[in-house]
Amino acid sequence: MIETQIFYSGVSMAQARKTKPGRIILLLALFVFIAPLLLPDLAGSVAFAAEASATEANQAASITLAPPLLSESDYPRIRGVNSRVTVWLAAQLHLWFAAFVLAVPIFVFIIEAIGMARGDKRYDDMAYEFIKVSITAYSITAILGGLLLFSLVLFYPQVLQYLSGVFKESMFYYALLFFAESACLYIYYYGWHWLQGGTKKWVHLTIGLMLNAVGTLLMFLANAWVTFMMSPAGVDPAGVFSGDSWAAMHNFLWNPINLHRVIANIAYGGSIVGAYAAYKFLSSSSKEQRAHYDWMGYNANFIAIAALLPLPFAGYYLTAEIYAYSQQMGITLMGGVFAWLFIIQAVLIGTLFLSANYYLWCGMGRSDGAVRYNKYIKYLAIVIVGAFLVWFTPHTLILTNAELKGLGGPYHKYLGPLGIMPAKNTAVNIMILFTSLSFLFYRRANKIPTVSWAKTGNAIQVALFSAGILNLLFLGIYHGYFTNTVYKVAASIPQVLTTLIIIVVSSVIDAMMYKNSKEVAALNWGRVPDRSQYALFLLAVSFTWLMGLMGYIRSGIRQHWHVTNVFRDNSVDAFTPTLGYAANVVSIGVIIFMLLVIFVFWLSAVSARKTETAGYWKEQMR
Amino acid sequence: MKHFLKVVLFSLIIIGFFAGFANFGIPKIEPAPPPRAEKIDLDSMTMEQFIALGDKLYNGKGTCTLCHNSLGRAPMLDQVGSVVPERLADPRYEGEARHIEGYLYESMVKPSAYVVAGFGKAGSSYTESPMPDVTGGSIGFSEAEIMAVIAYLQEIGGVEVTVTIPTDAPAAEEPKSDQNVARAAINTPQEIITHFGCHACHKVEGAGGELGPDLSHIGSQRDSAYIRRALLDPNAEIAEGFAPMMPPIYGDQMYARELESLVSYLAGLK
Repeated sequence: MIETQIFYSGVSMAQARKTKPGRIILLLALFVFIAPLLLPDLAGSVAFAAEASATEANQAASITLAPPLLSESDYPRIRGVNSRVTVWLAAQLHLWFAAFVLAVPIFVFIIEAIGMARGDKRYDDMAYEFIKVSITAYSITAILGGLLLFSLVLFYPQVLQYLSGVFKESMFYYALLFFAESACLYIYYYGWHWLQGGTKKWVHLTIGLMLNAVGTLLMFLANAWVTFMMSPAGVDPAGVFSGDSWAAMHNFLWNPINLHRVIANIAYGGSIVGAYAAYKFLSSSSKEQRAHYDWMGYNANFIAIAALLPLPFAGYYLTAEIYAYSQQMGITLMGGVFAWLFIIQAVLIGTLFLSANYYLWCGMGRSDGAVRYNKYIKYLAIVIVGAFLVWFTPHTLILTNAELKGLGGPYHKYLGPLGIMPAKNTAVNIMILFTSLSFLFYRRANKIPTVSWAKTGNAIQVALFSAGILNLLFLGIYHGYFTNTVYKVAASIPQVLTTLIIIVVSSVIDAMMYKNSKEVAALNWGRVPDRSQYALFLLAVSFTWLMGLMGYIRSGIRQHWHVTNVFRDNSVDAFTPTLGYAANVVSIGVIIFMLLVIFVFWLSAVSARKTETAGYWKEQMR
Repeated sequence: MKHFLKVVLFSLIIIGFFAGFANFGIPKIEPAPPPRAEKIDLDSMTMEQFIALGDKLYNGKGTCTLCHNSLGRAPMLDQVGSVVPERLADPRYEGEARHIEGYLYESMVKPSAYVVAGFGKAGSSYTESPMPDVTGGSIGFSEAEIMAVIAYLQEIGGVEVTVTIPTDAPAAEEPKSDQNVARAAINTPQEIITHFGCHACHKVEGAGGELGPDLSHIGSQRDSAYIRRALLDPNAEIAEGFAPMMPPIYGDQMYARELESLVSYLAGLK
């Protein structure tokens, strides 16, 4: 409670709230943040207006921007170095770090704002500690970006030449924005303690917002290059670039990937910071430190789960758009050689959900008031594990001839129907709903509502969850087993809407019910078993591995094309690697990433240490 | 240090589990190698062999079975004899075919001419087919390959095979886009000029035809950018006094370094 009375440099929160210039700055920055989202229309109009005058220039530009036909000898080789694996690892490591350093400022900004709104300095301190962790990671991201660029220059010069011809403008602005992001980040971090109190705090928050706007824009630009390779636009069927950079950027899969990556980055950033807090928790010797890092880990996990819940929906959207762009590509993704990857993905996402839930259940031990809910946990666990098993069930079984004969086909009589998408969609929606239920129980652990309509509120929530689950099951069963194959995925959208409505409405009811609630038992931060912290490590490692795996498939569905259908890969590595091989490369990447993250965390700890050797400076003077 | 080692060990076990599951927990599927263009000798081919070629293309390069299978993603194609006449008579039919062969050809190059009910793209009122034009993209069928697939479909559909084996073998076997062809790169500009038949129309170093401009001193008149452009997009600017006859195919057919080698050579002809 003492912290809540301490404000920035002695300026009270009330004073801070009255600070108009600060708000104006924030509003302006908000506009800067929103402006990129309006960019499609603005850029579209500008492109249209400039179309006529640019035609000639475009024609000239297109002439040299046909994708070249390459032979094996056009790909430089270095003895003992596998070109594709080098580029693959450099790109993946760059992406892991980039995801982390883009995500952390998003929730640092939110936590800082919460701290300001609540007048609670603990949030400010936590936000600072988060950004401190990401500052070294930022340098490593840039180094890995350089490594990726060098790898492309060395091993795929013609591909890079073609892409940089198409995206020369955006690459130039990318470089400029990189400077802007560095400037924002350094001022944001190094100015943290300087920009405290009153207007200064608003300025600081504004810089945080600008940092996020620039970072997001940077990612969108890079996403355009990647999605152009998957679903090229602005080029003719032979790949000749028309000169319309915006068309190339605004390709079919750009926005689905943008959305998916923003959400995934937040979940990923939360999981990595959670792992940091978990490690600090385990190594802490004092009760205060354990309480602090337990609280930090909880918040990081909360961020990770909050972003993890809508992530499968963003994944559906992306997949649906891939199908809409090219049915062939969609089927290669889900029904072709990569189909088994989704069983691995099910294991990974199941692990994420189980570890996140396990952490919440362990966290209920922080308050004696949670015993009221302990009896429900086993049911939550049964449903979540059950849903995971449905998701995990393959459609086609791998059998020996004798087994195939015995079974009468490749599908099991009872398990086979669980292998289709509608069954899996139903399972994952139920898994998401029960995770949100775990969180509701956790939130209620140490409180009792004081509002007069508490019983009615509970009844509404029970009815909401029951009706929602029935609706999910009906949609899944109807579309899964009583419609034509091409309409089987039609259940996805109403199922997603059902789940989202339940989560939003029940959260709103819960927030209203527990407003001014009574605390039945204290929440003792730090009173969690050590094993709960391993759930946070499991979350971070699984997330990292999952991102690597999905990177493989995102790139892999292009098959033997640098740019789908217009620029063929004729290198010796044009073949699609097997899942096992990809898993090994991803595992090596995760280990390298972990080593680098340990280095980052170690640096962060070292920077806080201070060694003073008695008499050292005096001895130097002699 | 104790915690550090425990955490590292724990993380390695997780990674090991995932890698182990991916290697040993699921079937080992070797993805098919990238498709390569094959030399087809149509001249000596019998109809049985031609149908067998169609079978191979249908189940391989064409990737037709990705959708046309028992899972119901696209209509099955084993009943063309009975269903095609009905479709041709359907008021929804927007094509110009009069018979089975024509209908099958049209369905491959212009798939939206008739969309079987229930198999259209969502959002297009089911009037747009999700099937790609087989002559483009990653399939890149040649005319001969389309005809082979039609022969195969007629055979499995139990109707008379009406297609004739194309006789224009060299043209027929050439895929539309040379992005699908793998051949050894040519090393010298003179060999490139010979291989691509430039002499047929152009004089180079005093030898060659006169249908196109004389290139013997082109380097003194034009720079590398112009020459590159003329090779990739010959109709962008037509030299005065000449007809626009040069085909715009060299960007597809020449390897990048062949193109650059030729540009550099021609630019050096002062």
